[in-house]
Amino acid sequence: MQQIDLATTPLREMNETLQAQTGADNQTAWEILNPRGSHAVACGLDAPIEVTVRGHTGYYCAGMNKQAAIHVTGSVGPGVAENMMSGTVVIDGDASQYAGATGRGGLLVIKGNASSRCGISMKGIDIVVHGNIGHMSAFMAQVGNLVVCGDAGEALGDSLYEARLFVRGSVKSLGSDCIEKEMRPEHLAILADLLERAGSDAKPEEFRRYGSARKLYTFDIDNAAAY
Amino acid sequence: MSTSDKEAPRTAPIQSATFTNPVNAEIRRAAATGIYDIRGGGAKRKVPHFDDLLFLGASISRYPLEGYRERCDTSVTLGTRFAKNPITLDIPITIAGMSFGALSAQAKEALGRGASAAGTSTTTGDGGMTPEERGHSTKLVYQYLPSRYGMNPDDLRRADAIEIVVGQGAKPGGGGMLLGQKISDRVAEMRTLPKGIDQRSACRHPDWTGPDDLEIKILELREITGWRVPIYVKVAGSRPYFDTALAVKAGADVVVLDGMQGGTAATQDVFIENVGLPTLACIRPAVRALQDLGMHREVQLVVSGGIRTGADVAKALALGADAVSIGTAALVALGDNDPKWEAEYQALGTTTGAYDDWHEGRDPAGITTQDPLLASRLDPIEGGRRLRNYLKVMTLEAQTIARACGHNHLHNLEPEDLCALTVEAAAMAQVPLAGTEWYPGKPGGGY
Repeated sequence: MQQIDLATTPLREMNETLQAQTGADNQTAWEILNPRGSHAVACGLDAPIEVTVRGHTGYYCAGMNKQAAIHVTGSVGPGVAENMMSGTVVIDGDASQYAGATGRGGLLVIKGNASSRCGISMKGIDIVVHGNIGHMSAFMAQVGNLVVCGDAGEALGDSLYEARLFVRGSVKSLGSDCIEKEMRPEHLAILADLLERAGSDAKPEEFRRYGSARKLYTFDIDNAAAY
Repeated sequence: MSTSDKEAPRTAPIQSATFTNPVNAEIRRAAATGIYDIRGGGAKRKVPHFDDLLFLGASISRYPLEGYRERCDTSVTLGTRFAKNPITLDIPITIAGMSFGALSAQAKEALGRGASAAGTSTTTGDGGMTPEERGHSTKLVYQYLPSRYGMNPDDLRRADAIEIVVGQGAKPGGGGMLLGQKISDRVAEMRTLPKGIDQRSACRHPDWTGPDDLEIKILELREITGWRVPIYVKVAGSRPYFDTALAVKAGADVVVLDGMQGGTAATQDVFIENVGLPTLACIRPAVRALQDLGMHREVQLVVSGGIRTGADVAKALALGADAVSIGTAALVALGDNDPKWEAEYQALGTTTGAYDDWHEGRDPAGITTQDPLLASRLDPIEGGRRLRNYLKVMTLEAQTIARACGHNHLHNLEPEDLCALTVEAAAMAQVPLAGTEWYPGKPGGGY
């Protein structure tokens, strides 16, 4: 395994090294030591490599990730895996605001809790949170699946588009145009697959599904109170 | 009725200056429809503008340069602060961000062709980068917008610069809306949303708020792009001194400042006309912020909003901008609001010069539409040629003025070359009222 110690290696050099990987050689496993809350750790990667970050990171860890499997053993700051395209990002600890924001693909797993605006404007990413999520999560979420094994905060799914939201625990409140929907067999299958890939032993039958009522898709003055 | 009653003088009808016919018509329209007016373009109200400034020209105290003989350079380099690859443009006039979606693919291609032929850059918009646009743009600025429609690291790395859009002059503090009738299959796919629905563009970025976060966002974008390309921060004309200072603090290479005459694809008329500052009022505070930080010319300032002529370009540069950006004027150069479509404008309930329902997608000129038949009316090669010509004319005009003021580079124009025709313009531009040495707020000048 290749190691990069951020206590002695500049951030730029670390990202440059990881971004240069193609996955075509035998250097596919990397370990980042001493992140100490650094921002933009392992961002912009584009190769089927495995990166383990030992410790806590700041903002935008794994930002815009493609292909790589990134594992953070600590907690992460705001915007983890923002705009992720593909690959897998697993956080052992908690995640701050905007986890998985605008993500387009891949799987983001947060084994602790996620703060507010988890999955904001998600555009195809799958997010599984083992714990709870904060307020305004999945705001304007377009496509993808957000799975919450714990509770959801206020205004879940406000102004939602076509993303699917699954919550096992309580939902403090639903946002504008977000409603509970029927859990059909295809949804249970999606859930089962995501839970398995995220390492959760929760049962799909324990979840409720939420989605868009699609009443705000076209501007209507009679919906003014919702805007 | 007696004869005297018939002949008695009557009070002439007096139209209200407050409840004018257009105001009353809008009240009736609102009452009938229950929805506010949405339109494209920028502020139409009259505000102090570059027209209210004049150049003094050379005299005994300064000598002019010979037109057609003595050089007057026009190039500008943007992004010299941190980027490994700053952008050098032949002319200080760039094309502002306008989205594929708001504009047809042909229009975007024409903008790329025209800008490239004139040696300048063009800019993507809300909706991502199209291959046609990248292919036909020698220098392409990629906008990083709150909606992040179409955002991906590959296009980010294909860009020659990145412009983080915080605000837009037509609607400081506002998001956008692309109405369903303009959402074709391709537009829907690029935005990852269903076809035919109204697509909202957020007013705030989803993963940062405030200048401290912005600094970290810029760091991330630089890390993803290897610190190669310049990063611009675009702000609306709102609080230009503080916004410029904060953008510099956050690490911007370039600040783009868009006044209220700057256009938009679609927003509420009440927003366009009532929020923001005139372009003229934005420049000096922004330049002062750069000067206070020792960053004038180190961080470049690009000004947009109502730039139409070489005189406007020269005036913006004289007030301290490094370059300008045009949007509406570029569309007019392509054929927007051309009188040849008057019959069709009439059919849409408007007239040449007033057509601004760009959001409805029925543009007779084929520019602000996704209708294949209408879009085919614009030949991108011919459109590109027209835009190139227009950019060249503006540059020649600006050079003419600069030479007359004795300058061998457009960037040598300075506030001392200007005077103002109105007290308001004198106050905003901080140049003397014509025939005086005074402007409101002048240090030691009273008032």
